[in-house]
Amino acid sequence: MTLTQNRINDLFAQKSERLLNVYFTAGFPQLADTRTVLLGLQQAGVDLVEIGMPYSDPVADGETIQQSNGVALDNGMSIRQLFNQLDGCRTDAENPITVPILLMGYINPVLQFGVEAFCQKCQEVGVDGVILPDLPFDLYVDEYKAIFDRYGLLNIFLITPQTSDERIRFIDEVSEGFIYMVSSASITGSVSGISDVMKAYFERIQSMNLRNPRLIGFGINNTETFDAASANANGAIVGSAFIRHLQEQGTSADSIQRFVNGIRA
Amino acid sequence: MQTTFEPQTSFEVSNKGFYGHFGGAFIPEMLYPNVEELRQNYLAIIAEPSFQAEFQNLLTDYVGRPTPLFLAKRLSEQVGATIYLKREDLCHTGAHKINNTIGQILVAQRLGKKRIVAETGAGQHGVATATVCALMGLECIIYMGAIDIERQKPNVDRMRMLGAEVRPARSGSQTLKDATNEAMRHWINNPVDTHYIIGSVVGPHPYPDMVARFQAVISLESRKQLLEKEGRENPDYVVACVGGGSNAAGAFYHYLNEPTVRLIAAEAAGHGVESGHSAATTALGKPGVLHGSRTILMQTEDGQVTEPYSISAGLDYPGIGPLHAHLFDSGRGEFYSITDDDALKAGFNLSKLEGIIPALETAHALAALNYMSLTKSDIVVVCLSGRGDKDLSTYTKHL
Ligand SMILES: Cc1ncc(COP(=O)(O)O)c(C=O)c1O
Repeated sequence: MTLTQNRINDLFAQKSERLLNVYFTAGFPQLADTRTVLLGLQQAGVDLVEIGMPYSDPVADGETIQQSNGVALDNGMSIRQLFNQLDGCRTDAENPITVPILLMGYINPVLQFGVEAFCQKCQEVGVDGVILPDLPFDLYVDEYKAIFDRYGLLNIFLITPQTSDERIRFIDEVSEGFIYMVSSASITGSVSGISDVMKAYFERIQSMNLRNPRLIGFGINNTETFDAASANANGAIVGSAFIRHLQEQGTSADSIQRFVNGIRA
Repeated sequence: MQTTFEPQTSFEVSNKGFYGHFGGAFIPEMLYPNVEELRQNYLAIIAEPSFQAEFQNLLTDYVGRPTPLFLAKRLSEQVGATIYLKREDLCHTGAHKINNTIGQILVAQRLGKKRIVAETGAGQHGVATATVCALMGLECIIYMGAIDIERQKPNVDRMRMLGAEVRPARSGSQTLKDATNEAMRHWINNPVDTHYIIGSVVGPHPYPDMVARFQAVISLESRKQLLEKEGRENPDYVVACVGGGSNAAGAFYHYLNEPTVRLIAAEAAGHGVESGHSAATTALGKPGVLHGSRTILMQTEDGQVTEPYSISAGLDYPGIGPLHAHLFDSGRGEFYSITDDDALKAGFNLSKLEGIIPALETAHALAALNYMSLTKSDIVVVCLSGRGDKDLSTYTKHL
């Protein structure tokens, strides 16, 4: 199987260790902050950026991300707005965005936008992949994969400590980009630190020799947890900790650089 | 072991969990093993003779089934048709909700679960869940919208007395939808030892089907009872209120394939369908995904779920179960939007006419009778889903 020509696949072809993917919610803390934060993260040297499309009922997310979703929606954020904000970011004369972009969100707003229209827009503005936790894997394969493929858009899937080896193999076969390893059975932001149980899970996955690279998310919030994740996968994803940081210390380039330095020393 | 089955009719769930275009299991991977475990086992568990024996025994001796089918003479005269009330209000704990919680706790036990989590709106499902947890000695955590905790205080006290921990859901509109979100999050965080007892025919497959099967006892009984009283199994109409739709699913279940029986669903219109303060899902909603299934739901153009409103906490929900979405979509079900005022009037009316104080949810079904253009020869079964004790403070504000 040849890989889709895509910034995410290119990234992993060049770099396989200590990758840092940072999540933030679009339109948070202010509606116009999306591009500021995106650029700040790129300048701070993160490898991938995951932009949250806010949703009224984010069941897989903990309080911090839920609240940021609520704030963003109150600010008037929507998928349409987000595409407007991202439009031209790849060709910006001063500060072109080159970092791979993932959109993370829930299926309903995407269905209302129209799956094909959504994929087309992603391609147009330079989005490389999506994470839609409540889109069932089987349904994606049956109904939507062909559309995603047509627009060169990767769909990243989650696995958890409870996911069976058989299902992990299936996900590994059908998806590309990377596999999102949820560190423990949990919603975002609810755990911190890496336990022995998690270590055993990381090692089990490591020994499966999957085709796709892996990033570990949920509970990564400092250098210690980032290093532990990186020792067991190709890198890590940080979300809630960054949202809290934005809230407390603002969206300036300095503030974002400080946060990133505090994760990947 | 039988794990899937062929749908026998278009109103039965397909083995992928769909009713027509609606249903499925739109869940994050974190919930997949739990839901899959349930999907693979529920039919076999329900079919076990030991399960059936225990379920039937509890329905009889604990819940107090069969519930009567009562000929409401004075109401019949007023409405101008023969009205029977299926008395789910006489179930232990005061509503139909316990039919489902008895069934699910027996499933949870057979799956080896140690703890139960549930959401509740009016508190009826919370009470019914706390009750069966006490009965079986399982730990019980109930999420309830902070606003509902205020307006359904007696039920909160009952849950606590039954030994449940009631946790307020403070996100969003702080009502049933948000309590459901919190219960799902709790389940994600506790995947192995916890069973989530959903309180209606909503959620990812197999919940809508499983809950409908447990509530189906309502129409199983009403058919038999009507045969005894009227010499026919089939009424002309079955009427039920729809929040998520569990009492309606149960009341409709054994009539789904009887085309002469018209199925009437009463939704909460709040201050009016167009008022911006409503929970009339089929009138205002569009297809979308909520709480794990594709259904009809109230949402903005951007696909954000709309905050619903109804005077009755049990109907204050922006979606309906996928079976009902399919009944609506296919035309098999007829949906009426009933305002707060209509429901209050119908509640007072039944109290004075028949000496039965209905739950505010149920009052919506009663109000639908006034809009149905019935004739003298019509036989109507109304699902009297619950009693109104929990709503006294709301009723008395409008006396
Ligand atoms: C008495 C009563 N009827 C109806 C409902 C609505 O639920 P469903 O539509 O699932 O029957 C409730 C919910 O709390 C209730 O308490």
